[in-house]
Amino acid sequence: MRVVDTILYGAGNIKGSPVRTFLLLLAMSIGVASVVMLSSLGEAARLYVVNQFSALGTHLLIVMPGRSETAGGAPPLLGTTPRDLTLDDAEALLRSPYIRDYAHIVVGSAPVYFESLEREVKVIGPSASYAVIRNLDTARGRFLPKGDYRRAAPVAVIGETLRSELFGNRRALGQRIRINDRRFRVIGVLADAGESLGMDMGDLVIVPTTQAMALFDTESLFRIIAQATGRSAIEPGKADVSRIIKERHEGEDDVTVITQDAILATFDRILKALTYTVVGIAAISLAVAGILIMNVMLVSVSQRTPEIGLLKALGASKRQILQLFLSEAALLSLIGAASGTLIAWFGVIGLDQAFPAFPLETPSWAYLSAVGVALLTGIGFGIMPARRAAELDPVLALTGR
Amino acid sequence: MIELRGIERIFQVGDEKVHALQDINLRFEHGEYVSIMGPSGSGKSTLLNMLGLLDRPTAGTYLLDGVDTTSMSDNQQADVRRNKIGFVFQSFHLISRLTAAENVGLPLTLAGMAPKERDRRVMDVLERVDLTDRAEHRPDQLSGGQRQRVAIARATIMQPTILLADEPTGNLDQSSGESVIQVLEALNDQGIILLVVTHDPDIGERARRRIRMVDGRVTGDDR
Repeated sequence: MRVVDTILYGAGNIKGSPVRTFLLLLAMSIGVASVVMLSSLGEAARLYVVNQFSALGTHLLIVMPGRSETAGGAPPLLGTTPRDLTLDDAEALLRSPYIRDYAHIVVGSAPVYFESLEREVKVIGPSASYAVIRNLDTARGRFLPKGDYRRAAPVAVIGETLRSELFGNRRALGQRIRINDRRFRVIGVLADAGESLGMDMGDLVIVPTTQAMALFDTESLFRIIAQATGRSAIEPGKADVSRIIKERHEGEDDVTVITQDAILATFDRILKALTYTVVGIAAISLAVAGILIMNVMLVSVSQRTPEIGLLKALGASKRQILQLFLSEAALLSLIGAASGTLIAWFGVIGLDQAFPAFPLETPSWAYLSAVGVALLTGIGFGIMPARRAAELDPVLALTGR
Repeated sequence: MIELRGIERIFQVGDEKVHALQDINLRFEHGEYVSIMGPSGSGKSTLLNMLGLLDRPTAGTYLLDGVDTTSMSDNQQADVRRNKIGFVFQSFHLISRLTAAENVGLPLTLAGMAPKERDRRVMDVLERVDLTDRAEHRPDQLSGGQRQRVAIARATIMQPTILLADEPTGNLDQSSGESVIQVLEALNDQGIILLVVTHDPDIGERARRRIRMVDGRVTGDDR
């Protein structure tokens, strides 16, 4: 029998029972669509995190006080150390040829006052180079001035949310605000950068490191972020940073240095695993669709028993009958996969419209695997009914038994 | 030419063994017109199925055009069925979603013939059963007699050696039954072996050779 005729015969059967076909296609489409859409969402989550990390800048090394080995329990995650990570430590990092630049940062939270208004926000005390490293832009005014941070002026750059809460429609630049009991002059407003790694970049105030240290009365830096000169400089830079700090801390290796790539790779792995899990769950719906195909094909075989008997009487071999039923199952799952892909495609477009900030993108493997799995389940679950049809006794089949 | 030697068919029904066919020895020459008559359960349908290779004998030999079919594999038997045997059933067994022409062409489709050649041959046989104008009709748009004529066209499109008709007029009224029998007899005149199983003595008596069966045995063979 010619392939075209086999397919046409199957197509005829599919057209012959529209309700059955519709239900099967529905099940198959839902399965395929959910696999494709969920993998898109998972991939989007991964891309989102990757983008967030690239927003931090590139080739970064993060130096934290404390050793990760001494970690345990609730925050602080890292063990405490008697030796603070100081401004001098940060400055010393530039001795390494692999370190191009550095920024340091003090983090805390404090109430910010303007006239009668008060708002508790996060206070960040970075060095001026922080803007370059973190790719932050100011919408108005300027960022913290460069220069000797030890004699930094009491100036502040505020986030967009904080600005609108404190100043409303009034001009914020040049105004004096109070943080704790110290006075600062607003010199810039950050561009609305949304959230960065869960930190609301709108609701914060940025002051020079030394000012923040004075504000919180501490010598210790929260982090030093060092920028390596290039991708290949990351590893030697990391070793240099550890060595330099160790020298300065009386030979005590009491800091943890993480590369940005390491964090990124970890997140990447976690999110990939998550995506696969979710897709795996979605694939169950495909398997259900496959079982439905098997079920319906079995019913179809018993309904069409006389037809199968006739085909045998007309000289169809077992193989031909097997092929006829399998091609029908394959056709059904192929159409189901196609319509499911279409649904997913529109679904992804719809989601993209709804959440423009989310980098929604369907990985090509999602389409391939969904369609592949749909075909495999369709044919796989079609084998049993098809075999049953092929094994029917022609005499009994002709009488409809 | 067909030859049956010592054919037995035993069905196992529960603990009991039922002899559906016992020691059948028959020989049909080209162009023979045979009717098989007998009460229900006499084994005539079993014999028909046996001749059509739908059923295998428990014992005995069945030679079709000099070839022993009993030792053939299922696939070989399917081939023989397709090329040498035509079936006409009481209930027509047309596929309702296919047109008359598609039903008639089904054996050719199964054989893998190209559509062009197929269509030509389908129109040929439809002309012989006088249904050219009904080619694109579906079975439910045809009368009983027309349906049976479509079925006959289908049975003969492969130019088989033998045409097996199981109560071909059983579901038809007198006049369409008559026209169906005439078509069958016309085919017989062209050399095909026509074997009709029937209850109807009027139909049975028309055959030149009349076989009677009772309890799985041939009890009469008049020529």
